Amino acid sequence: MNFIIIAVLVLGTIALVSSLVLYFVSKKFAVTEDPRIGQVIDLLPGANCGGCGFAGCSGMADALVKGADKGSIDGLRCPVGGDLVMNKVSDLLGMAMANTEPMVAVVRCNGTCEFRPRIAEYDGLHTCAAMHSTCAGETGCGYGCLGCGDCVAACQFDAIHINPSTGLPEVDEEKCTSCGACTKACPRHIMELRKKGPKGRRVYVQCVNKDKGAVARKNCAVACIGCGKCQKVCKFEAITIENNLSYIDYNKCRMCTKCVDECPTGAIVKVNFPVRKSTANIEKTESNIKEEEKA
Amino acid sequence: MKIHTFHLGGVHPDENKITAEMSTQVAALPKQAIFPLSQHIGAPAKPVVQRGDKVKVGTLIAEAGGFVSAPIYSSVSGTVAKIDTSIDATGYRKPVIIINVEGDEWEENIDRTDKLEKLSDHPELTPEEIIERIKVAGVTGMGGAGFPTFIKLCPPPTAKAECVIINGVECEPYITSDYRLMMEHSDEIIEGVRLLMKAAKVDKAYIGIEDNKPKAIQLFEEKTADIQNIEIVPLAKKYPQGGEKQLVDAVIHRQVPAPPAIPVNVGAIVQNVGTAFAVYQAVMKHKPLFERYTTVTGKEIKNPGNFLVRMGTPFSQLIDSCGGLPDGDNKVLAGGPMMGKAVMSLDVPVCKGTNSITVLSGFDAHRKSIQPCIRCGKCVDACPMGLEPYLLATLSSMKEYERLEQEDVTSCISCGSCQFTCPSHRPILDNILQGKGAVMSIIKSRQKK
Repeated sequence: MNFIIIAVLVLGTIALVSSLVLYFVSKKFAVTEDPRIGQVIDLLPGANCGGCGFAGCSGMADALVKGADKGSIDGLRCPVGGDLVMNKVSDLLGMAMANTEPMVAVVRCNGTCEFRPRIAEYDGLHTCAAMHSTCAGETGCGYGCLGCGDCVAACQFDAIHINPSTGLPEVDEEKCTSCGACTKACPRHIMELRKKGPKGRRVYVQCVNKDKGAVARKNCAVACIGCGKCQKVCKFEAITIENNLSYIDYNKCRMCTKCVDECPTGAIVKVNFPVRKSTANIEKTESNIKEEEKA
Repeated sequence: MKIHTFHLGGVHPDENKITAEMSTQVAALPKQAIFPLSQHIGAPAKPVVQRGDKVKVGTLIAEAGGFVSAPIYSSVSGTVAKIDTSIDATGYRKPVIIINVEGDEWEENIDRTDKLEKLSDHPELTPEEIIERIKVAGVTGMGGAGFPTFIKLCPPPTAKAECVIINGVECEPYITSDYRLMMEHSDEIIEGVRLLMKAAKVDKAYIGIEDNKPKAIQLFEEKTADIQNIEIVPLAKKYPQGGEKQLVDAVIHRQVPAPPAIPVNVGAIVQNVGTAFAVYQAVMKHKPLFERYTTVTGKEIKNPGNFLVRMGTPFSQLIDSCGGLPDGDNKVLAGGPMMGKAVMSLDVPVCKGTNSITVLSGFDAHRKSIQPCIRCGKCVDACPMGLEPYLLATLSSMKEYERLEQEDVTSCISCGSCQFTCPSHRPILDNILQGKGAVMSIIKSRQKK
């Protein structure tokens, strides 16, 4: 029995001494973390997507609290949580939070199989990055979508899918959190974050081809040819043309959609606009016809 | 006769040297010649002609755009149609000079006779003069990579050249342009080797030739029988023996350390036989680099052959002169099946580095379906650089760049032996190249800091 008592005593003493050491060390070298950081982390979505520019939500929370201590959290924004989360965070930190406009990812290429004929077959590694670094793709356009889905793989919110009939990615506006992961994954910078716009309405150039007009048009029927018609028709100086490519500044665009009607190739698109105008015309003419028939 | 080879790895692809015994034909002049401004490693050349200018064969049309660069000469006479962009082998549009061909008028100072000019008859040629003439003539490596030749002849002050190694290996399947050149212009090549030796201030040269070319070995041994300082080294047939580092290992049994070391760090300057020939023509005949020997080959091609081609000739013209593309799917490669790059369009022109146009048809044109890795380790056995390709490929696809750098991905010479030998047809090299590219750019950005 003696050795049991010895063992208990020895182990008990070691445990006591170690616990004392640990107690004093933890007191002496205690790291005081701002309790607000934990609270902010709880408020953030916890997706760790990196959309804010930090490695994860804890990095963002840390930056927010530090920013609050300095008196400003401007420029820090969780794109996933949006205004809902940022308002809660700013309430917690007692800061004023300027509401920013929601953004959404758009695909700036409309080179479907119909518009952009395939001239070769790519047989290599099935990622956009590999295809981009080895060849111009399967079509003559060296700027357009490669369709291997690097953006689909990068999206953590299941918001991007390749449409099998067009071979191009499509963004689900409901699911897109504008974290920007797809814009970084796309080797050709086709994905862009743009203002979601009132009622989700927006106008943009659905092409990134910088080739001269004739070349661009030869390779794709809906390419921007850099003709400049849109620039002339725009009253708000929102359109710039650089390297044979038109670009619409979403901060200046008032969505008059004149450029959409003017574009000779249909490279400028408007989304989520009601189709009122055309249907109204049709209805009108139909009613006119009916009236005429009555008369 | 002892037969040497390199020590690590290597594979034995089917030779398929269909055109080996077909003597070289002179290819017809193109109607329109296209000259890409970037045919070499380094800065693109700068055009010195304008639209509408008349040029002759051998007229300078673009000057070197930097230290690591090379000038470009017209291979045809005619009028400059435009300076524009045109697709290159990768399908991207690159700046080019396009010349409409009219007649065939040569610059007067080019010596067009077949008379052999010997270096021993021109003692006034100094090494500096030789290097200057090579530089001015726009000679670049003719084996494929296209590194400006004069830079190789001026090694950094920390390294001292001891010998010149001439690459007559031609280890790629299908290609026979170097072999035909060796059989038809052996005297000129030997004079070219002497010029290279004088330029590099060394007194020893080796010519490495694989033993699947016994006639070439015999011919060169006869020609160099009374030349003490040029030695013919027969080498066992193995791919990638034509790689600089493998050739140095095989010929003088020295191992080139990992990058940034180059062969001259172990005392060797490696040049291709085609380059030796171009050097001879540039220095002795005042003929800039504007034509080259190219093989047009493929199992299904009706009349394959070896051609002396003016640069700027589109692929389509050469392929048509060989009977056109076979029906069905074809993969047209600029280069051989191991290192060659598949071209997207036949409008691509022959450049300084185009040693072959290889057409793979039908079954060969497609990759085989990818199967899971069975951990057989064949890729590790095949790697001539002693790397672990399966690991590098996995790390690349996982974007583990730090680990990739530790595993020496930058030593990879992109020979494709791993992918060739893989029984599961995995895209090992494709993955490694992705990772290598990323690691190289990380290293570059670190050096800038």
